[in-house]
Amino acid sequence: MTIGLTHYLTVAAILFTIGVLGIFVNRKNVIVILMSIELILLAVNINLVAFSVFLHDVTGQIYALFVLTVAAAEAAVGLAILVTFFRNRGDIAVDDASVMRG
Amino acid sequence: MTPQLIVILLVLAPLLGAAIAGLAGWKIGDKAAMAVTTGLLIFACLLSWVTYGEVIGGHWPARFLVKIAPFIDVGAFRSDWSIRIDSLSVVMLVVVTTVSALVHIYSWGYMAEDEHKPRFFAYLSLFTFFMLALVTAADFMQLFFGWEGVGLASYLLIGFWYKKPSANSAAIKAFVVNRVGDFGFALGIMTVFWAFGTIRFAEIFPQVASHADMVWTFAGRQWPLMDLACALLFVGAMGKSAQFLLHTWLPDAMEGPTPVSALIHAATMVTAGVYMVCLLSPMFEYAPAAKALVVVVGAITALFAATIGLAQNDIKRVIAYSTCSQLGYMFIAAGVGAYQAAMFHLFTHAFFKALLFLGAGAVITAMHHEQDMRAMGGLWRRIPITYAVMLIGTLSITGVGIPFLDIGLSGFYSKDAIINAAFVASPTSGSASFAFVAGVIAAGLTSFYSWRLVFMTFHGHAKWQGHGHGHDAHGGHALEPHDAPWVMLVPLLALAVGATFAGGAFVERFIGPERADFWRGAVFAAPTNHVLDAHHLPAWVALAPLVVTAVGFALAWWAYIRHEGLGAAIAARKGLVWSFLYNKWYFDEIYNAVFVRGAEFLGDLFWKVGDKRLIDGLGPDGVSHLSYAIGRVTGRLQTGYVYHYAFVMLLGVAGLLSFALWAFGR
Repeated sequence: MTIGLTHYLTVAAILFTIGVLGIFVNRKNVIVILMSIELILLAVNINLVAFSVFLHDVTGQIYALFVLTVAAAEAAVGLAILVTFFRNRGDIAVDDASVMRG
Repeated sequence: MTPQLIVILLVLAPLLGAAIAGLAGWKIGDKAAMAVTTGLLIFACLLSWVTYGEVIGGHWPARFLVKIAPFIDVGAFRSDWSIRIDSLSVVMLVVVTTVSALVHIYSWGYMAEDEHKPRFFAYLSLFTFFMLALVTAADFMQLFFGWEGVGLASYLLIGFWYKKPSANSAAIKAFVVNRVGDFGFALGIMTVFWAFGTIRFAEIFPQVASHADMVWTFAGRQWPLMDLACALLFVGAMGKSAQFLLHTWLPDAMEGPTPVSALIHAATMVTAGVYMVCLLSPMFEYAPAAKALVVVVGAITALFAATIGLAQNDIKRVIAYSTCSQLGYMFIAAGVGAYQAAMFHLFTHAFFKALLFLGAGAVITAMHHEQDMRAMGGLWRRIPITYAVMLIGTLSITGVGIPFLDIGLSGFYSKDAIINAAFVASPTSGSASFAFVAGVIAAGLTSFYSWRLVFMTFHGHAKWQGHGHGHDAHGGHALEPHDAPWVMLVPLLALAVGATFAGGAFVERFIGPERADFWRGAVFAAPTNHVLDAHHLPAWVALAPLVVTAVGFALAWWAYIRHEGLGAAIAARKGLVWSFLYNKWYFDEIYNAVFVRGAEFLGDLFWKVGDKRLIDGLGPDGVSHLSYAIGRVTGRLQTGYVYHYAFVMLLGVAGLLSFALWAFGR
């Protein structure tokens, strides 16, 4: 069985869906949300690389590198926010973080 | 000095006094303010007597007009500030300034302990100015100006003791009830302007005879215009002169200081209505229906106010109802066409009623501000001078005299002239017959309540002895009534002279054979009007007032001297008749139920339903409620959970993508 573009895209779609569900279904932990965002970005990266390979265009891979960088930065910032958040609230449960409710 | 200058000074002097005392009283001090106002008033009084002497004596023109400045000049509606001098106005000038000057002097004693003397004297002088503006008016506009001005001064003076809630409500009541009358008065002025195209008396009066048959078609009926105008103007007079239905403010006005009651609510302001009817005699002579109305209202007032006076216990209220009743007499006279007799009674009444009020003030001072006659009694030994002048006032108001010799006190001449005029007019007029009967009965009632006042106050047991009248200001010491200071007694004595001799001295001029020379056209009587000419009265008509007066005296003596306590016993049983009279025919209660409650109901309706529910409900409140509700519903979308926002973002992206695919995929 040759592994074609469809498989890559399918894997990416599955990862993306898992990431999205991880954001919505998760009610407990903010860290899980960060991990889910990483999953979504990963899915995007897979798409980019897959298309890059199949279209013989290196631009996609360069984009993927940028996305990785941004993801790393985002993880660093996100975790820093999380630490401060925990210091302030003593808790990182998602359900309790609703200060912005109207 | 020219006559013009004299009358201008005379009218403006009280205004100057009021301005000085009112605006600078705080600076120049009590004594100076009092001296300035009183001095200027005495000055005005002297000038009034000069004017009277010169006009009546024939040295000055019988009638002249001093134009001071234009007032209103709009198209045909022209009015000037002016001073009209004729016999009618000089009589009023003399009455107003004399009583006012005496009241100013009296107030030095009566108001001695008050903290606001400059304000009081400023108001008194201001009132006098407005009254002079009223009586010297040459057109309806200035008449109305003076009319409203005295109403304002009356309001200010009734509410002079503004810390007393009862004084404030009495002042407001006087003002509001007078608004009802003034509404009629204003409509009357408009009717006159509409009919004649001018509001100047000198231009109206010559036209009246030719316009007498004018009619006004309204609501499918023909209304005689002269009757309509006069009736409307009379409504104004009813308000100012406290006639039946619009009388309720006068007894309450007794909340004001007693000198005010004497000046405004007895001698001058309340007689403005009578003065107006006499002034407008050229119009009223051509308004038979309005004259009948005047007679009937006057007769009812004379009778019903006298009945209420029988049962009152407050010394000032008795005299207030007496005033109301005497004003009714004046309107009877004016209504039957005896304008001169109305003015004559106005003249004598000013003396004896001011005397009675100021005497009552002296009694109240002696009793340390006690006004209830049930707490008095036996005072005649303690305050003999006050007793003597009150006796003169009472004899004068009850009209004591000898009919066939024509000798008596002032009230005798004027009151009998009115009753006689009503009798002479009776054969041709049903209302005059009614007025004659009412006038005679009221004379008996007058005698009863006047003597009741004297007996309860000055005779019988001294109810004030024994219990130590624990007034805070006077400590707990027993009450020792004493005569008032001389500054109060001198005006009383002066008025007592007037109450005794004014009638006899002036009867020939006012209503006797010399009256044509005296009035010289200032009062108009139609050629058919002969009510004052009849000399062949039956003896019983001349005797009737005297007999009922004697009966009233005898009954009062029997109930309050011979069987002292009988009156109190009758009152204590609270019988039906007594309650009816004591509660003033329940007028206040009826007005309260109909007008006050009605106004409150209407106000509530407009406020709670109209304004709050409809206007606010649909307008500002409705809009704010709506936006608030929308905000609350949409605010619920903001859950505050990050994943909800993310979900919405995702939905948005999906939606946009789908749209892009659909739009560009074709």
